[in-house]
Amino acid sequence: MIAQQLVNGLMLGAVYVLVAVSFTLTIGILNFLNFSIPGLFMAGGMVSFVLLRAGLHWSLAILGAVAAAVVVALAVERLSYRLSRAREAEVPLVSSLGFLVLLENLALVTVGSDQQAFPPLVPDFNLRLGGLVIGGAQLVSLVAALALVAGMSLVLTRTSLGRQIRSIAENRETAVILGIDVGRLVPCVFALSAAFTALGGVLFALNYLQVSPFMGEGVGFKGVAAMILGGMGSVWGAVAGGLLIGLTEVLSIGYLGADVVNVTVYGLLLAVLILRPQGLFGRPPAREKL
Amino acid sequence: MSGYQSGLLVILCFNVIAAYAVYLPLAAGQLNLGVAGFMAVGAYGAAILTNEMGWPLVAAVPAGGLAAGLVALVVAVPILRTQGIYLALATFALGQVIAAIFLNLDIVGGAAGYPVAAYAGPGGVYALTGAVVAAVFLLSRTRFALYLTAIKSDPVVTDLMGIDVRGMQVAALTLGAVIAGLGGGLYGHHFSFVEAQHFNVALSIYTVLYVLLGGVQTVWGPLVGAVFFTVLPEVLRVGGGWRYVLFALLIIGFMALRPQGIVTAGSWRRRSPAPARVPASLPEAAE
Repeated sequence: MIAQQLVNGLMLGAVYVLVAVSFTLTIGILNFLNFSIPGLFMAGGMVSFVLLRAGLHWSLAILGAVAAAVVVALAVERLSYRLSRAREAEVPLVSSLGFLVLLENLALVTVGSDQQAFPPLVPDFNLRLGGLVIGGAQLVSLVAALALVAGMSLVLTRTSLGRQIRSIAENRETAVILGIDVGRLVPCVFALSAAFTALGGVLFALNYLQVSPFMGEGVGFKGVAAMILGGMGSVWGAVAGGLLIGLTEVLSIGYLGADVVNVTVYGLLLAVLILRPQGLFGRPPAREKL
Repeated sequence: MSGYQSGLLVILCFNVIAAYAVYLPLAAGQLNLGVAGFMAVGAYGAAILTNEMGWPLVAAVPAGGLAAGLVALVVAVPILRTQGIYLALATFALGQVIAAIFLNLDIVGGAAGYPVAAYAGPGGVYALTGAVVAAVFLLSRTRFALYLTAIKSDPVVTDLMGIDVRGMQVAALTLGAVIAGLGGGLYGHHFSFVEAQHFNVALSIYTVLYVLLGGVQTVWGPLVGAVFFTVLPEVLRVGGGWRYVLFALLIIGFMALRPQGIVTAGSWRRRSPAPARVPASLPEAAE
């Protein structure tokens, strides 16, 4: 029983991992808490749903969802981040929140406030290992999430693009002096983070077979919690944080009841913030701007 | 005044109170993303006092405010060890935890909500809002407000000037929580019902949104922001289902054109030109 709960927790955590990685990219590299991410998550699920309903092949639908999220993220970069970076630190946060309201209400206007049934793309098979039951969609999401994160980690550590991105995170001015085209690179970071979030949304829809205009909020905020738990700016920290939040959630639902989920998940976050603000895998914080 | 207008005015009042609860810590550079949690403490605290203890309304609502302040005081010390984004997320987590605890407390009805017997009419709401606004405006004329601005601008230099930065930050967070608790306490008594689900993340975040929209450089900002945020969606009703889409576009546009908020210290000075005052405590090094 407990083993089954652990498996379920890890599967749920896989979705949080993707969202946490996107938060960690914009915070760790650009120092920007991007509140439009829950909206991009919803857009990932919602756009793929609309495209599938229109009769497109699943691969095109997912591609379309990712493309839509990337376009929105580039708009966020243009209108929220770039224009207000030099001003007061909280400002981009507000206007990225404006994008969240915008995306949610656009979805509300186009498909309505009801939950929509997402077509099952992964054939309904269950993997049985000993006493454990692992759903096909669950397995696909976990594997896809971990593969994506591993790919991201490789890009960040091994490629020239990754080295440039990390140099911005290290010190923006020095990066500019060394000839890195920050103005071209920052949109790349936004696009990468949007692609991760949108894929998270698609995987969520695949797992739970439903989409709704407000599906991003709960998951998005738990993604923030996962990011902090693992340590801001650390990709593998976000993975650990996401899985840990997923486990905490499933175990508290299983043993304490569904209503206490927020107490345990956010209580854990609060405890970590107070005892070890840099997170489980983060470096001690320098002074952060918001 | 029609029922619609007075209803709107009451909502505006609650938004104004919440705005000042967020504004005080923000004036010291602390982003409080958990203001709904403090409102919940005030709302449940005051409701329990009138329902179970038979306290009169005029005593119960301030007591609810004090209860919220007490919670803030207790958590401020560990929470303020964190800074910047970490502090914002710690308050965020705190708000979630508080709301979730009330959701699970069976003595106040749990998820079913908690009916409140005593009733506060619109007059009481206007009176409390007036009192809160007056108090914050008075506060903005004291040295305390100057200290907060100094801490926001540069905590290290403020510390070097001999100001107790930590103490001021705790005071700002606590005062903000007291205001939030007052608003919450009255909210429950006006709508005769308290439910934990109302005090959610969205409430906290939207409050921060309209405070920053109004601008935090002057004490007028939160007031303007709350009016903007309350009235604009009503005006946009002509847009039908699209009204929140338009509203979001306006927010994004506003922040792109005027990131420092609607009301700024500069715009204020231009309207009422006052001679630039040199703080008395500075030696005349400029000469």
